Amino acid sequence: MAAVESYPDDLKYHEEHDWARMEGDEAVLGITWFAADALGELVHFEAPEAGSTVTKDQSYGEVESVKAVSDVIAPLSGEVLEVNERVVDAPETVNEDPYGNGWLLRIRVADPAEADALLDAGSYRELLAQQ
Amino acid sequence: MPATLLHTPLHDRHVELGARMVPFAGWEMPVQYAGVIPEHRAVRTDAGVFDVSHMGELEVEGPHAHDLLQGTLSNDLDKLEPGQAQYTLLTNEDGGIIDDLIVYRLGAHSYLLVVNASNRENAYAWLKEREIPGSDVRDASEDCALLAVQGPRAIERLGLPPARPFTFAEASIDGVEVMVNRTGYTGEDGCELLCMSEDAVRLWDAVLERGAVPCGLGARDTLRLEVCYPLHGNDIGPETDAISAGLGWACALDKEFEGVDVLRRVKADGPERRLVAFVMEEKAIPRQGMRIDGGGEVTSGSHSPMLEIGIGMGYVPAAQAQPETELTIDVRGRPRRARVVKKPIYKRED
Repeated sequence: MAAVESYPDDLKYHEEHDWARMEGDEAVLGITWFAADALGELVHFEAPEAGSTVTKDQSYGEVESVKAVSDVIAPLSGEVLEVNERVVDAPETVNEDPYGNGWLLRIRVADPAEADALLDAGSYRELLAQQ
Repeated sequence: MPATLLHTPLHDRHVELGARMVPFAGWEMPVQYAGVIPEHRAVRTDAGVFDVSHMGELEVEGPHAHDLLQGTLSNDLDKLEPGQAQYTLLTNEDGGIIDDLIVYRLGAHSYLLVVNASNRENAYAWLKEREIPGSDVRDASEDCALLAVQGPRAIERLGLPPARPFTFAEASIDGVEVMVNRTGYTGEDGCELLCMSEDAVRLWDAVLERGAVPCGLGARDTLRLEVCYPLHGNDIGPETDAISAGLGWACALDKEFEGVDVLRRVKADGPERRLVAFVMEEKAIPRQGMRIDGGGEVTSGSHSPMLEIGIGMGYVPAAQAQPETELTIDVRGRPRRARVVKKPIYKRED
């Protein structure tokens, strides 16, 4: 079952509908409920390889539903430590639990100051309200 | 694109059900309600209902209606008795496909053509220009609504008697007079119910009450692709011929119709390229327009909800058209392996 709309307060948000959870010098990345809902049930995650680098504001992969393909934008720069294989095997996990089991990447953050430029939950909700 | 999108008589029902509405061939249509995948599975396992009232209905009547259609449609109309239907093509002088459609023989001198929404005007104009004395072509689309009720339990849920595919009969469903056509676009048992526009809401409500799941154009596309029914505008069109598309079975090459000489020649020489079905051998979803190594191109691609892999159709050089041939598809710059398979891609395990 698809999750109910939510934007947790402990996350940082990128205007391209991605989130980051800061954990020391690492971060967990994913896409927001809004992005997952707009795409519909995900059926494919084209993931980067562990050890590769992602760059803030640039695409690091693709998510696909039956009807649509979308780039996934990195909210932060860093080195890919881990890809969520559960999502690779069962992409619908993102729809079911976008901020929990449906995370996409764990990265080592290259520049923690980049996080300061991201939106908090309140600002992201305001952004959605304008769309 | 027209500034205003057309609405079917069921538009308000779709919105009330929370459908995601999208523009399609000039109409605002539901692409999904609960989701493409659950809707697709409902049709494969039980019953689903699609509003396909955007499709066009052309009536051709008169003592020479048969002659007009026999000279313009590819399939042999002589094989059709009143009460029967036939898949056929409207072809141009180059053997290209103006539309693929189903023709219903209503009576000795009366036919109904159900045409694609996007080709309604072209098909009507093409036939109207070729009218002969004793044949009259009329666009009856605005008078009609069409619901496709599809799935292994569709007929049972509607309380209809068994009937052979490609036949039709009049019936009453919960008080609504309908023409029950045993046709469809999903590869499942079921029917298409034609009714008067003003009865569409009552019929829709009755069909939902009987347990059919509302399904959108998204599931309609994945269902037809799994069973390799071509989509006009993707897999076939005015620039493609029926032989290369694998639709030679719908062409009576021993009769005269527009473009038949071209089709005879393609058949005799063998097509240079063929429309094949394929499945992905790696995780990737093929999409329309992607290049296939060797000169081919994907014409339809999606994720198969039943097989849970990427599937598609596309034109490849004839040398690559044999089942089991390995293909390489350019998925946005990444080469991904696919394999040609016999049509249909999906078949129920009995």
